Amino acid sequence: MYGHATMTTSITPPNPAPARRPAEWRDLIALTKPRVMSLVIFTGLCGLIAAPTRIHPVLAFTAILCIAIGAGGAAALNQWWEADLDAGMKRTAKRPLPQGRLDRTTARDFALVLCSGSVFLMGFAIGWLPAAILAVSIVYYSVIYTIWLKPRTPQNIVIGGGAGAFPPLIGWVAATGEITLMPVVLFAIIFMWTPPHFWALALFVKSDYAKVGIPMMPVVAGEKATRRQILIYSVLLLPLTMVPWWIGGTGLVYGASAFVLSALFLALSVRVGLRTRGEEDTMKPEKQLFAYSVIYLFALFAALVLDRFIVI
Amino acid sequence: MDEEKPETPAPDTRSVEQIRKDRNRVLGLGLAAFVVLVFFISIAKMG
Repeated sequence: MYGHATMTTSITPPNPAPARRPAEWRDLIALTKPRVMSLVIFTGLCGLIAAPTRIHPVLAFTAILCIAIGAGGAAALNQWWEADLDAGMKRTAKRPLPQGRLDRTTARDFALVLCSGSVFLMGFAIGWLPAAILAVSIVYYSVIYTIWLKPRTPQNIVIGGGAGAFPPLIGWVAATGEITLMPVVLFAIIFMWTPPHFWALALFVKSDYAKVGIPMMPVVAGEKATRRQILIYSVLLLPLTMVPWWIGGTGLVYGASAFVLSALFLALSVRVGLRTRGEEDTMKPEKQLFAYSVIYLFALFAALVLDRFIVI
Repeated sequence: MDEEKPETPAPDTRSVEQIRKDRNRVLGLGLAAFVVLVFFISIAKMG
């Protein structure tokens, strides 16, 4: 049998494998989740502008660039690790890795270059404290959230949401060189905002998560418990967003905006929290809460920046 | 912050050479931008 195989091989050499298509640069960019990155850049920029210390515009640009590249690298690591899961979900099945437009090694190497490059550039250009926080945020998202918590616990998004809370902290520390109460409060606001934002989404894409076995709150604990948790986090979010004003870190522009925006967030959450899904339900309140939650965070941080320039 | 709309892939009609050329061009531009950035960072830090 082996002899036959050898003979066959020696007489008719196997056809050379077709040349593998190289990775398109657009697919490499798609790995970094550019849409998600826009919120990261925005909150990082707001933290940097809202800080009481001014920083050279070139260094400010570099700090934001490092935050963006680090976030992109972490997102690419996330897609590299979850390529098989992504293939099983409608929302993510058309990403470059599940579609086979990129091989996993290229994706991993690209991600590692982005992550390490962003940390070293931040360290050399801005300072090693923001660089260290950037490194922690990358490890937090790609290891603690993606690899460890996401497949194991329905509380994954609560702890993992901390990864998205780092940008304003990094922006602030890049400008001032120190960690004070204000950037920690900004971190806490995004940390508290993430669960209701993400669970609203998880409520109407529940079947996708269930299909690939990710223990999202609606899948494991049920819809009722998820709705109650959304409500609890939204109730806590309102006073938390007022803290920057109460401690004197911001003025009335931010204080009034935060109250109005958070009150509306709470109102939409109450609608989601107190209802039950009916037959042929279009999940409109959940979709509205999710859409508003994105606008809410943009508006809240925009108010923080405006407050630096408009004094009432 | 993991959410995004499904992406539509571009039709797969370009040649391997074209893809490689485009990627090299983007890489070259990225490296040039990095050199310019390091130059301006140096100026900013000296100032």
